[in-house]
Amino acid sequence: MSGMSRIVKTICSSIFPLIMIYGLYVIAHGHLTPGGGFQGGAIVASALTMMLVAYGSIWTMGKIKEKNLSLLESLGGICFILLAILGLGFGTSFFNNFLVGNEFLFGVVPATGSAAANINTGGILPLMNFSVGLKVIVGLFAIVLVMAYASTVKEVKK
Amino acid sequence: MMSKRNIAAIIFFAIVAVFFIFSALMVHPFGDPDSKDMDEYIIDHTQEETGANNGVTGVVFDYRGFDTLGEATVLFTAVAGVIMIFRRKKK
Repeated sequence: MSGMSRIVKTICSSIFPLIMIYGLYVIAHGHLTPGGGFQGGAIVASALTMMLVAYGSIWTMGKIKEKNLSLLESLGGICFILLAILGLGFGTSFFNNFLVGNEFLFGVVPATGSAAANINTGGILPLMNFSVGLKVIVGLFAIVLVMAYASTVKEVKK
Repeated sequence: MMSKRNIAAIIFFAIVAVFFIFSALMVHPFGDPDSKDMDEYIIDHTQEETGANNGVTGVVFDYRGFDTLGEATVLFTAVAGVIMIFRRKKK
């Protein structure tokens, strides 16, 4: 894939921020509305893949190095495991939700029942959603980017 | 005259069919499981224990965190494998 026409590029550039905002919204509100890290990460990764299809893999590879993608994905995984181990340190067990109960950092407990809660709830769930979201975004995009670049290089050699 | 092999197959098929019919008759009605203690516990206590209004996220990241850790590991392994297969030789 070596880029499409100028019409496709313009349309994709104008849709791209909207899809990114929607995906990041799904990640950030994972503990309040349907969705979460995996689903929102898939949405954001599909937006990045749309830009990859429109602009071509050689242009994208010039913008983003795959080494940085691996680094970011490992960072997401490390944050996830680190939060679980912090539950062991500050709470009672592995994956213990030790932030529930305090009043300033994601610790407000919502009223039981079907009532709207603000975003400052959930304990470690929003942080875990962010780390898993980062991991899924970068992981899925790295797969697509590497495969597209490999096929392009093969075409150019022929 | 049927061979012994076919007779054995028919007997085996009859036994399996009996098991299937019994299990189909003994399935609990829809929406009414045999033991709903865990369901009711999660529905009642998710909001106060995890602080999340979305009960599915509460289950996935808190009650069943190990399962999510395994999923993340599967994704990590898949990405590592694909990048390893498609890596380029250094010139």
